[in-house]
Amino acid sequence: MAIDAVLDPVRLRADFPILAREVHGRPLAYLDSASTSQKPQAMLDRMMAFYATSNANVHRGVYTLGVESTDAFEAARDAVAALLNAASRREIVFTRNATEALNLVAKAHVQPRCGPGDIIVTTVLEHHANLVPWQVVARETGALLRFLDVDDEGVLQLDALDRIAGEGTVRVVAVTHQSNTLGVRPPVAELVRWAHAQGAVVVLDAAQTVPNRPVDVQELDVDFLAFSGHKTLGPTGIGVLWGREALLAETEPFLTGGEMIRSVSLERTTWNTLPWKFEAGTPAFAEAVGLHAAIDYLNDVGLEAIDAHEHAITAYALARLAEVPALRIVGPPDAASRGGVVSFLMDDVHPHDIAEILDRHAVCVRAGHHCTQPLIERLGLAATVRASFYLYTAEEDVDRLVDGLLDVRRVMGV
Amino acid sequence: MDDELYRENLMDHYRHPRHHGAFDVPDAAADGHNPLCGDQVAVQVRLEGGRIGEMRFTGNGCAVSQAATSMLTDLVQGLTVEEAAALPSQAILDELGIPLSPMRVKCAVLGLGTLKVALHRSIGTPLPPEWGDDADELVWS
Repeated sequence: MAIDAVLDPVRLRADFPILAREVHGRPLAYLDSASTSQKPQAMLDRMMAFYATSNANVHRGVYTLGVESTDAFEAARDAVAALLNAASRREIVFTRNATEALNLVAKAHVQPRCGPGDIIVTTVLEHHANLVPWQVVARETGALLRFLDVDDEGVLQLDALDRIAGEGTVRVVAVTHQSNTLGVRPPVAELVRWAHAQGAVVVLDAAQTVPNRPVDVQELDVDFLAFSGHKTLGPTGIGVLWGREALLAETEPFLTGGEMIRSVSLERTTWNTLPWKFEAGTPAFAEAVGLHAAIDYLNDVGLEAIDAHEHAITAYALARLAEVPALRIVGPPDAASRGGVVSFLMDDVHPHDIAEILDRHAVCVRAGHHCTQPLIERLGLAATVRASFYLYTAEEDVDRLVDGLLDVRRVMGV
Repeated sequence: MDDELYRENLMDHYRHPRHHGAFDVPDAAADGHNPLCGDQVAVQVRLEGGRIGEMRFTGNGCAVSQAATSMLTDLVQGLTVEEAAALPSQAILDELGIPLSPMRVKCAVLGLGTLKVALHRSIGTPLPPEWGDDADELVWS
C-alpha cells in the first residue's frame, strides 16, 4: 500500500497501549483524534519517570531536584520552540490549553488596543475557542465583529475583505489553521498579507495542525499561534501560545501572582521577563515534560510522513464512505484540500443514533456540533457525525467504520 | 425484555410515533430544544377534568428523543396534571429500557421536560426546583 510507504500505522499502534483494549468485546477503532489524541507509552513513561525521580517545583529550588525539574521544564520549551521554528525560546508561553492561549491574546494583547468602531475579523469556521473570546473583546471595547463566510462546502470566502477594510481600523484577524469540523484549511497566507496591509495582527488557531504536519511560524508569518498538548500526543492541562517577541514584550500580563514577577513589594510589582511574565503560578511542568516526550515521538515518526499518511487515509475514507447508501459528506468531497477530518450525515438517521450504534461496534466517532455551532447553522444542519484520523489510524479502522455504518442502516431499518 | 426487544420497541415508536400531531386549540403547549444534537419537540395537551385527556407531539431529532416522547404520550394518558408534572425522569428511562449515556439521557427526557413546561405555563404546576421558575420553553444546555 502507498500508505505504508510513508508510515506504518499498524506498527505505530503498538506504541499506544489504549489501542489494545476492547470495547463491547471488540477491538477499539478510535476515530476521534480531532477531539483528543491517544498517548504513546514513551510519553507516559517520561511523565511517570519525571514524577518518580525528579519532581520538585520549578524556578525556586536550590537543591538538586529543583534544578533537574527546572532544566526539564525549560528543555520542553526549547523542544516547542524548535517544533514551531520560533525565532526565540522567549516566544513560547505555556498555558493550560489552546483555549487559554487564545484568551490570553484576546484579553491581554488585543483588548487594550481596541476601541469603539475598530474591527475584529474572524470566520464562521471557528471553534468556539476562537470565537467567544473575540465576542467578549467586542462587547467590552465597542469593537465590531466581522465574519468571513464559507461556501456550502465550507471553503472560506475572502470577497468580503475589501468591504471590511473600508469599515474601520482592523485590529486583529483570528482564523483557524484547519476546521475541526470539516477539515478544510483556510488560505492563511492570503489572510496574513491582507491583515498586515491593514496593520492588524493575525492569531492562528493551530490546534488541528501542529499535531500532524510541519508548522513553521516564521514561514506562516502570523503574529500569534495557539495549540494544545493533548491533541499532540501529550497530556491534558498544557497548551502553548507562541507570539512574536516584540508583541509579547509590549503585552501586559494576563494572570498575575507568583512566578511571573521579578520583585514584589506590598504596593507594586515589576514583571518577570518573557516568557515567564505570562506563566503565573506553578506551571504544568510535569505535563511540559510529557509534551516534550510527545514532540520527540512526533519528530521520530516525522511530521511530513504523518501529514502524507493523513491525506492518504482521508482519501481512503472518502472513497469507502461513498459506498454507504444515503451517506453525504459535509465539506469538500476530495482529500486534497482538507486534513484528516471527515464530517458526514445520513439523510435518514440522526447523527446521535449513528454514533451510538457505532459505539456498539467499538468505533469511536463524535456526533454533534463539535463546538462550531455557527458553522453548523451556516451549513443548514443541526449536527454531523465526525470521524478524524491520526498517525495510528489504519485502513482497517476505516473499514470498521464502514461496516458499522452499514449496520446502522440495518438497525434503523432504512 | 432483553436489550434487543427494547431496541425494537424503541424503533417501533420512532417509526410509528403515537399521538403524533397537534390540536387546533390545545389547553397547554410548549416547545423543547436540545441544541447539542438538534432534537426538537412541540408538545400539546388536552385536559379532561384535571387529567391529561391526550398529549400530542410533533418534532424531529434522534430516535431516542422522538421514541421517548411517543412513549410518554401513552404513559401520561389519564394522569392528573399534578401527577404528570411530578413524573420522574426515571419513568421514561424505564420505558426505554436500554442503557443510555448521560448525553443521551437529555435526549430521552426532552419530551417529559417540555410537557412539564407546558403544564407549568398554562396550569401553574411547579417545575423541578433546579430549573428555576421562569421557563418559557425548554432548552437543555
